[in-house]
Amino acid sequence: MLRVLIWLVLIMPFIAQSKVIHKERSLYRNILVEKNADLLCLKFNEKTRKSTQSCMYQSDPKKLVFNYTKMTFASLLFIDNPKNVLIIGLGGGTLSNTIHELYPNAHIENVEIDPAVIKVARDYFDFVETDSVTSKVQDGRIFIKRAALKKQKYDWIILDAFNGDYIPEHLLTKEFFAEVKSVLTNNGVVAANTFSSSKLYQHESATYFDVFGDFVNVVTDKDSNRIILAGFHAMPTEQQIAERVKRLTPKLAPYDVDMQLLSEHLFYTKGNQDWPKDTKVLTDQYSPANLLNYQ
Amino acid sequence: MNKINALIYFLAFSSGFCIMGIELLGGRILAPFFGSSVHIWGSIITVFMLSLSIGYLLGGKLSTRNPTLTKYGAIFFIASIMVIPIVMFAEPIMAFIFSHIEDSRYGSLLASMALFFIPTIILGMISPYSVRLLVTDHEKSGQVAGGLYFVSTLGSALGTIITSFYMVLAFDVNDIIKTFAAVLGALGLLAIVVSQLSVKERAVCLES
Repeated sequence: MLRVLIWLVLIMPFIAQSKVIHKERSLYRNILVEKNADLLCLKFNEKTRKSTQSCMYQSDPKKLVFNYTKMTFASLLFIDNPKNVLIIGLGGGTLSNTIHELYPNAHIENVEIDPAVIKVARDYFDFVETDSVTSKVQDGRIFIKRAALKKQKYDWIILDAFNGDYIPEHLLTKEFFAEVKSVLTNNGVVAANTFSSSKLYQHESATYFDVFGDFVNVVTDKDSNRIILAGFHAMPTEQQIAERVKRLTPKLAPYDVDMQLLSEHLFYTKGNQDWPKDTKVLTDQYSPANLLNYQ
Repeated sequence: MNKINALIYFLAFSSGFCIMGIELLGGRILAPFFGSSVHIWGSIITVFMLSLSIGYLLGGKLSTRNPTLTKYGAIFFIASIMVIPIVMFAEPIMAFIFSHIEDSRYGSLLASMALFFIPTIILGMISPYSVRLLVTDHEKSGQVAGGLYFVSTLGSALGTIITSFYMVLAFDVNDIIKTFAAVLGALGLLAIVVSQLSVKERAVCLES
């Protein structure tokens, strides 16, 4: 009993620091906005644990908090001046805001299935919408299918629809990636925030490879997510990458994105595939992604 | 319990298993075109409930006209055939609906109708027809109906859990549905064969 009390007293200050400032129950989940000193976070609440979706330093909103968000910008080593950006999965709107600041002329379309997430992003995370930055409540798969029918094209497609606990399985199949590919311009790139552990890793790699051919894994920290970069026409030469690093470093410094570091952590799968050749590709017919993620 | 009654219970169990297995996979089938929002399940469950209700009505009506085990088997056999279009034509049907209806609520509702309405009506006919075949004494009709619902709903429970926990990990969606169709068809034939044999047996008994 005494031990429990001491323990409680010890952790008390930490509990007190983290404060829920907004709670919202949406169609899909409980959404929390938590404030911990300078850090404001968007969390999805599952009964036993909270999964953090997006965070922002209130004193320095530009500075990116998560490693995977920073790694997403490795895409810029593959394309110059994106004009049409598609983001599937809004979170706090961090990616959209950052890209808008970097490329004010770019058209950015955000697609988010949960209207409550868009609302919270607007109300608490300064999600910016303009004539050229839009958001739409829709399932990512449907959006891309319709975009393909309308022959729309994007030169930077960011897939960020997975939260820590649940994977929309229809967004992780060969057929979906083929649809993504069909709305990608010739010199465009797809960046996907994905998993780095569990049995799903191999299946996911095999599926990307099946549709896009060899791709790049961006991993700067072994314990965190990986970003897959795929769909690019050809692997840029070292010289091209060095030029882009040089050009982008000052531009991205305020966001705490280290382009040099990113350029050193691109792992091209060509001749270096780290999944067994016979790994089953995920399809609309076979996509037990959530079950595989637990194995 | 005689062998024929045991067979009827087993068939009712299997149809319950297949109905829920197919319903569960319905979510998977629709997702590529209509997403995985909550209204997808709204569409699927609505269509299944609606067709089951119609199936109960039709099955009950059919059971008043000279009910036989052969006809019972035929219901299974027809159900098996009606399940096949889900495998063969889901893709073009959904693509057509997708390109004509923007709102994924009505799109998914129409697609569920097109794919699941008819086979589920046929499968719904099985329960009341089973009750008719099993009841011999009207005092026990409630008990028989209770036992039948117990068996078929237990089948549904198992069909749901086994399909979602294990089958999707091992097989393609279409292969699972084909298996359900094959099982329904085979059980239908079995019922027809057993029915013919027992008719012959009875004829032999009468002759001697």
